[in-house]
Amino acid sequence: MAETQKLINIEIKDLLEKVGEFHSSGYRLAQIGCSKTDALEINYSFDKDYSFVNLRIVISSIDIEIPSVSHIYWSAFLYENEISDLYGIKIKNMAIDYKGNFYRTTVKFPFNPPKDTQAAERGIAP
Amino acid sequence: MIKRTIIPFGPQHPVLPEPIHLDLVLEDEIVVEAVPSIGFIHRGLEKLVEKKDFIDFVYVAERICGICSFIHGLTYCMAVEEIMKIKVPERAEYLRTIWSELSRLHSHLLWMGLMADSFGFESLFMHTWRMREKILDIIEDTTGGRVIFASAKVGGVRRDIDNAALKIIWTNLESYRKELKEITDVFIKDSSVQHRLAGVGVLKKEDAYELGAVGPTLRASGWARDTRKLGYAAYKNIDIEPVTETAGDSYARCVVRIKELFQSIDIIRQAVAKIPYGPVEIRVTGVPDGEYFARAEQPRGEVIYYAKANGTRFLQRLRVRTPTFANIPSLVKMLPGSSLADVPVLVLTIDPCISCAER
Repeated sequence: MAETQKLINIEIKDLLEKVGEFHSSGYRLAQIGCSKTDALEINYSFDKDYSFVNLRIVISSIDIEIPSVSHIYWSAFLYENEISDLYGIKIKNMAIDYKGNFYRTTVKFPFNPPKDTQAAERGIAP
Repeated sequence: MIKRTIIPFGPQHPVLPEPIHLDLVLEDEIVVEAVPSIGFIHRGLEKLVEKKDFIDFVYVAERICGICSFIHGLTYCMAVEEIMKIKVPERAEYLRTIWSELSRLHSHLLWMGLMADSFGFESLFMHTWRMREKILDIIEDTTGGRVIFASAKVGGVRRDIDNAALKIIWTNLESYRKELKEITDVFIKDSSVQHRLAGVGVLKKEDAYELGAVGPTLRASGWARDTRKLGYAAYKNIDIEPVTETAGDSYARCVVRIKELFQSIDIIRQAVAKIPYGPVEIRVTGVPDGEYFARAEQPRGEVIYYAKANGTRFLQRLRVRTPTFANIPSLVKMLPGSSLADVPVLVLTIDPCISCAER
């Protein structure tokens, strides 16, 4: 029995306002996750009374900085540090910033390595 | 003047079966702040989905955790099945429910043993794990494995449990319930256990929700939230109400898990009584194209599997949000105010599975 899920695409500039609305409406932050497609999608998932809603922002490059929502949902700092370490996305004003030391990976940004770095680390000439 | 000391706790510590590190800031013997670090064993299993056939990846999903492995496999299958609009046979849904609850039983019993060991009650630890062995025996009889069930598959389950075996399980669980009560009564009534757990590490109701806690950690703070209420697998046909406590302390988290043991036995017996005849799997054709967030209730709480597929045999993205990951902020909030001696017990009360968290 599949649950009904809602997906709302938003702009980065609207992120804090929208997340704030979910917070004041009594939603629990269920997770934040990133996916790499042609661009980078970040899903902010919320739950209230078993109703599951996702906010999605899309960023075209890791040079684009996004605001942290950890001052609205404190627990977000874990997800944000994870995204920062695995994808290299810059997130500003995290409640706790591990500065790239949340995950100790041998490959930097393993889920989104720059192509030349990836080749160099495997010993392949670019 | 009170002296501040920072004590590194973990990643290697006798009470920790898996590596998590806490920087504990102490004033005398009292914790005033805790900063967690994980990432010692990050395995990147999510990334592997790009190189494994979506049908085969269930083997990897099951290996994310050695305790709740079946529910990992199941939730992965649910995500793919929803994207592909696969209708799983009803008998398979019931078998999935039975194995999920057997997982919960053995996981909670494992936790209870570890908890008893952490507060120095070794005979209780041994009796708890003796009881766990009986559940592992049922799992072994029905799946062939004790840790990795290898029974969930996209489109159903890999094997059936014949009705004679189901009848034996149904009967044995009734006598098991009586034997289990003798052990759990010690956890609930023994004064030395209460002394170590009651009032320790209180997580207030509003904090539990605000911090995104899940599972027994959330329910022990008074929230009747249980992902099984979504009705996945055969839970839609099972009478189930979330087990809650209101104190929000370590004792409440222990009591919730104990009550869930008996709830799991009830669920299995309900499922055995209602399971229909029929096939246990359907043939899966085609490839997934789309995305879905599948949610299930693991022993430690809600797990979320986000799958994104692009019409090939390899998923584009698999994201797993495990319950331990969601419960770390709660742990960090409940540590301040506790004494250093209570830290090992407190860490265990969220039933941390770092293997899951570092998938």
